[in-house]
Amino acid sequence: MIEIRNLNKTFSLKGRSVDAVRGVSLTVQDGDIYGVIGYSGAGKSTLVRCINLLETPDSGLLRIGDSEEITVENGKILTGREKTPIKEKQLNAMRRSIGMIFQHFNLLDRSTVFENVAYPLKYTGLSKKEIRDRVMEMLQLVDLTDKQDAYPSQLSGGQKQRVAIARALANHPKILLSDEATSALDPDATESILGLLRSLNEKLGLTIIAITHEMAVIKSICRHVAVMEDGRVVEEGSVYDVFAHPRQDITRHFVASASALNRVDKLLKEDSPLVRVQPGELLVKLLFSRDSVGDSVISEISREYQVSINIVLASVEVLEGAPLGGMIAVVKGSEEHIAQALQWMEAHYVEVEVLRRG
Amino acid sequence: MDELLKQWIPNVVAYKTRFFSSLSQTLEMTVRSGLIAFVIGLALGVLLTVTKKEGIRPNAILYRVVDVLVNLFRSIPFIILLIFLIPFTRMIAGTAIGVKGALVPLVFGCVPFYTRQVEAALASVNPGKVEAARSMGSGTLGIIFRVYLHEAVPDLVRATTITAISLIGLTTMAGAVGAGGIGSFAINYGQNQNHQDIVNVCVIILLVFVSLLQFLGNLLSCRTTNRGLFVKGERS
Repeated sequence: MIEIRNLNKTFSLKGRSVDAVRGVSLTVQDGDIYGVIGYSGAGKSTLVRCINLLETPDSGLLRIGDSEEITVENGKILTGREKTPIKEKQLNAMRRSIGMIFQHFNLLDRSTVFENVAYPLKYTGLSKKEIRDRVMEMLQLVDLTDKQDAYPSQLSGGQKQRVAIARALANHPKILLSDEATSALDPDATESILGLLRSLNEKLGLTIIAITHEMAVIKSICRHVAVMEDGRVVEEGSVYDVFAHPRQDITRHFVASASALNRVDKLLKEDSPLVRVQPGELLVKLLFSRDSVGDSVISEISREYQVSINIVLASVEVLEGAPLGGMIAVVKGSEEHIAQALQWMEAHYVEVEVLRRG
Repeated sequence: MDELLKQWIPNVVAYKTRFFSSLSQTLEMTVRSGLIAFVIGLALGVLLTVTKKEGIRPNAILYRVVDVLVNLFRSIPFIILLIFLIPFTRMIAGTAIGVKGALVPLVFGCVPFYTRQVEAALASVNPGKVEAARSMGSGTLGIIFRVYLHEAVPDLVRATTITAISLIGLTTMAGAVGAGGIGSFAINYGQNQNHQDIVNVCVIILLVFVSLLQFLGNLLSCRTTNRGLFVKGERS
């Protein structure tokens, strides 16, 4: 388990102080894939760097797995309940127990793939042969055994990130921090890296904390998510709940960015014939979640209330194994029937939003 | 052959022994002061990189002191530095004249320049690589040797070449403290005695030295650059 309590970090830039992380508390369970999403400058990168103390927080508390808790007071890192100042050796050992991957891979360009993966294994007491075996094991894990003698410049972006993952996991850490690991990759490579992370999580029980500004990443691999804005975590919970019931504006923004239904705004703005309604018609947005999808909502209401439903846009996704989605539709029928139908839907956990009245 | 040389460069042939001894003096000064300056400059360049504000071991006082000293010595023209350092040289080397006496000022003249070159070479190492190394638990020494110096080798080779070439330039002035060398040979036997052939030969010899160094430097820097970049058809 990773526990972060009341973490603060302020930078002073040219006399101006910037609160990068403000009183953040988070708990990540073992084996979870935990997403942290936010716009650039929201403090998510600083937050994750505080976890392996690449960045020294100003204050806060960290509990990582079974290791001694770490308290930070006035920018001083203290360990254990006795709060003894941390030694560099301890700090480095702690960092070795947490893997990290980066947006720009940060491989050593003058070292081969093999040497890159072997980097963190040097000076750990392993023999040459053990290092060789471990590197090959790691390269197998990321499916790059044939590239061991290649240099990073000979690899594609996705392959580079695979090498970085192998390197980050070489010391068998239980935790992997991912800082925008797919943001510099094309869609195919992104898909394959996300798939790899998911399978590592399942195969090795690896706990992953993934920072991103793309909701698609959260949707694809995370089980829990925290939304950050101005250094604070403004919303947190299971990905499904946050997606289905976003409470903050910024969360709604992110959710909308990942939804096909978002396109209706554009259609409305362009006054597309698709979303034009005749008198008596209604353009509605229907949002389904766990409790409502599966019920044959549409056929039910068209039968019960004699309203006809003309679907403009629809999108249903599967999150954590449960469907989530919605549709934009034009509802036609008598005013009374429409009202009844809408009421019925709300009673059946369908969120209804009227976009336009004819 | 001898006849031909006598015809073309009579004075050089006449002062053959002096010519060769000044050649060896130049070589000795370059190599010895070069090696010392290489070690000190590399160390100071690393020190500046590590202790600067964004470095892996920030230390404002140490950084400031080295930074100011480097700037100070860089701004003194070498011929002035040569005489300015005489008392200090006498203290360290026991003498202020001859090749031995020239070594100290040569090192002082060369180190600040080389330090800046090393600093620039290390600055070109992507900070992301350093961060990755830190995330893998590398300590200060590990990062210096396995990331900074390792990744910057081609740039360091280039910087060393440039410095070695400028060092040869400095040694020609060392004649001012009686260290001999090609420079003083050219002035004392060439210019002062009006033997143009001596000056010409000295120029050619220096040209050969410099070209050789440059060639060696280019070769090494190419060889140490990520070999993958030069594999045909595999460039990404």
